[in-house]
Amino acid sequence: MKRFLRESAAVAEVELIKLIRDPTEIFSRAVQPVLWLVVFGQVLAHARGIYTGEVGYIAFITPGILAQSVLFSAIFYGIAVIWERDLGVVHKLLVSPARRSSLVFGKAVSAGFRGLVQAAVIYLIALVMHISIRLEPLAIVGVLATVLLGSGLFSTFSLIIACIVKTRERFMGIGQLLTMPMFFASNAIYPLDLMPRWLRIVAQLNPLTYLVDVLRGLMIAGGENVHGYGVDFAVLLGAFVVLLMIAVRLYPTLAE
Amino acid sequence: MNTTSKSDGLAIKTTELTRRFGNLTAVDHVNLGIPYGAIFGLLGANGAGKSTVIKMLTTLLAPTSGTAEVGGFNIIKFPAEVRGRIGYVPQLLSADGALTGYENLRLSAKLYGLPRAERRVRIDEALNFMGLTDSSQKLAKTYSGGMIRRLELAQAMLHRPAILFLDEPTIGLDPVARHSVWDRLRDLKRDYGMTVLITTHDMEEAEALCDELAILHAGRVAVVGKPSELRTRLGAGATMDDVFVHYAGGELGEGGDFYNAVQTRRTAQRLG
Repeated sequence: MKRFLRESAAVAEVELIKLIRDPTEIFSRAVQPVLWLVVFGQVLAHARGIYTGEVGYIAFITPGILAQSVLFSAIFYGIAVIWERDLGVVHKLLVSPARRSSLVFGKAVSAGFRGLVQAAVIYLIALVMHISIRLEPLAIVGVLATVLLGSGLFSTFSLIIACIVKTRERFMGIGQLLTMPMFFASNAIYPLDLMPRWLRIVAQLNPLTYLVDVLRGLMIAGGENVHGYGVDFAVLLGAFVVLLMIAVRLYPTLAE
Repeated sequence: MNTTSKSDGLAIKTTELTRRFGNLTAVDHVNLGIPYGAIFGLLGANGAGKSTVIKMLTTLLAPTSGTAEVGGFNIIKFPAEVRGRIGYVPQLLSADGALTGYENLRLSAKLYGLPRAERRVRIDEALNFMGLTDSSQKLAKTYSGGMIRRLELAQAMLHRPAILFLDEPTIGLDPVARHSVWDRLRDLKRDYGMTVLITTHDMEEAEALCDELAILHAGRVAVVGKPSELRTRLGAGATMDDVFVHYAGGELGEGGDFYNAVQTRRTAQRLG
């Protein structure tokens, strides 16, 4: 266990160093949530087309947009892995005696750093826009922990796709194909109640829905957690563990 | 069968080692014995099976049939033990350009489980050995091709492996850098008694560096011997290129798939 943590930390540390050294990606990723909240959110809130109860529409989608940012920045993680494969980094990691599970888990943790930055950006936008967010320390810690879990989950999913498709071109296509449907087939920007039955079923199979559900309860004042935190975390953790187990099996095939 | 001690004091022993990809037999019943302390060259045209042999010996790829022992351990049954005893420098430039030389080494030290107290000493020693002490705090992407290769050698030697695997170690390097890499490899053999297995299709490299070599052709071992023996076997005045053409089927520089060519070019670009 100690070895597992040390190896994972070594992999994650490297990513953190690189992120701090070249933060351009962080800034470019901050643009999209601003668009969603400031443009899309304001217009739809004005139209009052979607009933979101006591909570205003912009506040309603704020956690949804955070979840979307987490999804989008994690899902393209596979690109970096394919890049590392083309450079021979994957081969070198796999020839080391480090456990495969540490390498995969370390990657998942490092995706979490990006997720945390996204969370900071969205809190900032929310404060500027006077969205009523919960500022109790425990709620914020809960949000950050959930963001870490979500980043790990979706980046591991991305890693699995990378192991299957193995080239950047194919990955870009599939990445686009997955992210938008996952986003729209979730409760991120409209409540589940508004969906037709078939879509609601799809949304309830979508881990993003559970991520949004936790964030909605913890992030905004008066936000409603529909499924209960226990169910949400069980689903997210369960999905993460299953994906990790699949990724540990598939990751070595990248070097074949 | 006893899997840990039947290798007759050999660093690497392959037994009918075979790998198929669909209908293609990339490595075809290869039997090789490489003694400890040797610099051994695996030669062949592109696509002859050199890299596939290395991938199997470094546990990256499972054989279709046959087996091998590396450092006394079976590659199929004890891959983790094998990994702890080998160092590997891939053909591609695998040092991380966004990290400094020191950071690259620190990552390796942690992944190889060097105790915290020893890490610093070993890293400094490896940097010094490879002549990189002065540039250890610079980002690896500012290094020359030869320096990157030496950094990778430093990473691969950090845990003092018994056996080093190098896939085309000097491809794309200028003559000065090539000679400096060769010198380091000879030093590793002399100072640490490391066994070195390299793949190459550079005949000058094979002759200058290798104690013994095997030429692969279409996945099979065409010939094994000392470079000088192989030349004299062909007749007076024969060069290493003649040896290669004779045994590798006259396909010098041909063969290899598209992916292979792209990768090689990419490596050359990064070095340039």
